[in-house]
Amino acid sequence: MIEALRLTVNGDTQEIGVPSHYTLLEALRYVLGYTGSKQGCDKGDCGACTVLLDGQPALSCILPVQEAIDREVTTVEGLAGPDGPHPLQDAFDLTGAAQCGFCTPGILMSAASLLQRNQSPSNHEIREALSGNLCRCTGYTKIFDAVEIAARALRENRPAAEVVRA
Amino acid sequence: MKLEDFRGRQADSAASEEELREALEREFQVIGRRLRRTDGMSKSTGRTLYADDITLPGMLHAKILRSPHAHALIKSIDASAALELRGVHAVVTGADMPVPYGIIPWTRDEYPLCVDKVRYIGDGVAAVAAIDEDTANRALDSIEVEYEVLPHFLDPEEALERSDTPIHEPHKPGQNGNISKKVHLEFEDVEKGLADSDVVIEGEYYFEGTTHTPIEPHCAIGYFDPSGKLTVWSATQVPHYLHRELARVLELDVAKVRVIQPPVGGAFGGKSEPFDLEFCVAKLAMITARPVKILYTREEVFYAHRGRHPMLMHYKTGADRHGRIKAVDATTIIDGGAYSSFGLVTTYYSGQLITAPYQMESYRFDSTRVYTNKPCCGPKRGHGSVQPRFAIEVQLDKIAEALDIDPIELRRRNFIGTNTRTINELRITSNGFLQCLEEVERASAWKSKHRKLDYGRGVGVAGSCYISGTNYPIYPNDMPQSAVQLQVDRSGRVAVFAGASEIGQGSDSMLAYIVAEELGVPLDYIRILSADTDLTPVDLGAYSSRVTFMCGNACIDAARKIKKLVCEAVAEAWNCKAKSIMLAGGWAFKAEDTAQKMPISEAFNLAEAKFGALGATGSYNTPKDIHGTYRGGTIGSSPAFSFTAHVAEVDVDPETGFVEIHKIWIAHDCGRALNPLLVEGQMEGSVYMGAAEAIMEEHIFKETGLHNAPSLLDYKIPTSLDTPEMQSIIVESIDPEGPYGAKEAGEGPLHPSIPAIACAIYDAVGVRLDRLPFSPPRVWAAIRERGRQEEAGELSPWKSPPISVPLPATGD
Ligand code: FES
Ligand code: FES
Repeated sequence: MIEALRLTVNGDTQEIGVPSHYTLLEALRYVLGYTGSKQGCDKGDCGACTVLLDGQPALSCILPVQEAIDREVTTVEGLAGPDGPHPLQDAFDLTGAAQCGFCTPGILMSAASLLQRNQSPSNHEIREALSGNLCRCTGYTKIFDAVEIAARALRENRPAAEVVRA
Repeated sequence: MKLEDFRGRQADSAASEEELREALEREFQVIGRRLRRTDGMSKSTGRTLYADDITLPGMLHAKILRSPHAHALIKSIDASAALELRGVHAVVTGADMPVPYGIIPWTRDEYPLCVDKVRYIGDGVAAVAAIDEDTANRALDSIEVEYEVLPHFLDPEEALERSDTPIHEPHKPGQNGNISKKVHLEFEDVEKGLADSDVVIEGEYYFEGTTHTPIEPHCAIGYFDPSGKLTVWSATQVPHYLHRELARVLELDVAKVRVIQPPVGGAFGGKSEPFDLEFCVAKLAMITARPVKILYTREEVFYAHRGRHPMLMHYKTGADRHGRIKAVDATTIIDGGAYSSFGLVTTYYSGQLITAPYQMESYRFDSTRVYTNKPCCGPKRGHGSVQPRFAIEVQLDKIAEALDIDPIELRRRNFIGTNTRTINELRITSNGFLQCLEEVERASAWKSKHRKLDYGRGVGVAGSCYISGTNYPIYPNDMPQSAVQLQVDRSGRVAVFAGASEIGQGSDSMLAYIVAEELGVPLDYIRILSADTDLTPVDLGAYSSRVTFMCGNACIDAARKIKKLVCEAVAEAWNCKAKSIMLAGGWAFKAEDTAQKMPISEAFNLAEAKFGALGATGSYNTPKDIHGTYRGGTIGSSPAFSFTAHVAEVDVDPETGFVEIHKIWIAHDCGRALNPLLVEGQMEGSVYMGAAEAIMEEHIFKETGLHNAPSLLDYKIPTSLDTPEMQSIIVESIDPEGPYGAKEAGEGPLHPSIPAIACAIYDAVGVRLDRLPFSPPRVWAAIRERGRQEEAGELSPWKSPPISVPLPATGD
């Protein structure tokens, strides 16, 4: 059955028709064309599909699309704005934290939410915040570096590249 | 419009004169620097399009029906009800594609869909294309398959003994059809070596299988256009081999098949051969005249497998009283799963690749790969050699202890050296292993820790070597293993067409760094177009750690051809010698006078005016005189070997058996780090993966042959909380044949993880774990057994103070 509903994704509110059994991930990828959020397992195990729901990380692959009605959905495509990439994105690029990059969109969303809550997270706090996102390429080391660099860039209000050089 | 308007603006950001003078002092401008990747920002902004992100107009979705039996004959398949469902467009079965395939041309024993027999739970028997996945799934439910169930084998030792219902037809009449491959090789007299030894250690090791678990599931799309051309997009590591196999199996003109490999979301060897989905999307596209996509579920990724082979390894190692290795005698049974895959190579690798970095006076191995009714094993990061490396390194630790020699010192004494041959005649050129040992010894403060830490904490060391590509291609031919084509635009933008597969390891970036180094253009003036068989010259694929070495060399070859033309054209304009022209920092300039310079795009324009369109091809082929002179001596041969040493430090909780990896120090000789940031990324990714195999991962099956845990929840890979602390130390031995001296870094660094952790556990609590993984129940049981032996006076307490923990309750 097709259901008409209104979703707000990356600031745009749109009316869409979706099969009523769709998850938010399916609506994003198949209906709205936001392919940035990835499907790694479709079961809530890997975190590749993580988006922000009113600023909180959520696994879009196990979230019925109806749950997103009247809430702000942010995907990785919504992190960068006209002023350029989010400091996290820049820091990931600088440190080589995205190898295959398939986990990256989900990890960025968990990290973005962490940095909103906590401006100077410790290594352990970063590990905890990312513990629902599996990465199979990096061993996570460069990802931790990137989040720390982005946190400093945000705190000190300067580009991530300067933080790395310093 | 003036010519200048067409030139790029790289001069705006080009190097200053002072920077150019500094550049003259440096050997490299780009190589060796911690630069961004070419694809980093598109990945971080979620813009990279992976296979499943591609949608074509009118695209259908297909699903594969999989066998519920581990071993059965297919008596009949009735898909008529499925075809009648609304939204179903086509059904194919084995009968539609009866040509067998396989990555190794001599062992083609798989069909796109099973023809008359299924060999594991998950084997594909039919595929349905429908308007969406839900419809396709419903259609699968209505396909009737009649099976005649056969006895199945899960244990390779049992399969080896029984030939009554063989999994495959025997290779030769009278043979057991369950034997996939047997290799027996002996170098020098092992019996004599053992007899002459002062100490002989015998051990049996078991490596439980593990799987790759890329976060991206396999995905492929097929499209057959009305003019008869097939295009397949696939998350593959081997577009060239896939191209060949698609044409062969589907009986198409190979020139009318195009394979496009989008960026791959992780592979680790798990996508390095054709899979059922690629044939199915192609065939279904041919039948329906519509694009067809298949995306594996996570469960199907576990069935596709091709992961690390379980191996049962029996080792006898002899040494003289100084610890020098006199003999190694290895017997290995390899559990291959249902098909051959790369098994022929795996069987050789299980013996061929442990003959460095240590000198051995005699060596023999006897390896047998056996079919079982489980998903097929194949190449996983460190193909075929991670398992025996575990065995041999732990053997060395036991020898060191028996002789009371420090295990690092023992390894030093056995160092094989540079520019030499191993006992099985593999050519070794550059070799930084000694430095690797030194680096981890110092960084870990080894001398103050080994056998000196408190009970429960310990350190262990291990070393290894790995190939930088295989010296011979999978199908015999004399053509280059890798090639690159460059095209230069008048703006100064350089396009690189390369068959190399970007699977996350950074191969696109590596090519860009090389072009930037050679031609002096800024990195953002370089475009990489990779892995499209219609556009790019052949590269054999992202396997066996070959891409940097081979495609890198091909790229240097192409770039230098263009560089020569550009320098000649500029020299002519300036009336000087071509060899005084330098290309760097966005300029062509004169070495003797950096003030004399022109933007690089202007230099390209001069060359184009003088020589015509500016482009070049470059290629690389391996030297053909470096392999062993015996049958099988080509397998294991490589143009260069990387070397690695690890020290692992662990905490073992004697009450729970839980092992926590405190830290791993990794020193890896990658020849030269083209970008140290990416080399570290490969080292850390490898080590994390190895550490997980040591303590967590277990690819196991229920008695029925059903996978025990085909999900990312149950098959445990490390999260950010589990990953150990790592310190990467890059060692550069500057290989004489590698691109700028580079060798591999993507697989070698994994090898020592497991034995280093095993030896660290021994150092911590005095128990040898010769069976993987070192899970809490196993560690706990071993500690308890040691406690019993200590109480009985058979062993003295491990370290001081003696064990104060009470023995855990027996419960039996
Ligand atoms: S795809 Fe949602 S958690 Fe894996
Ligand atoms: S970068 Fe590949 S899974 Fe994280």
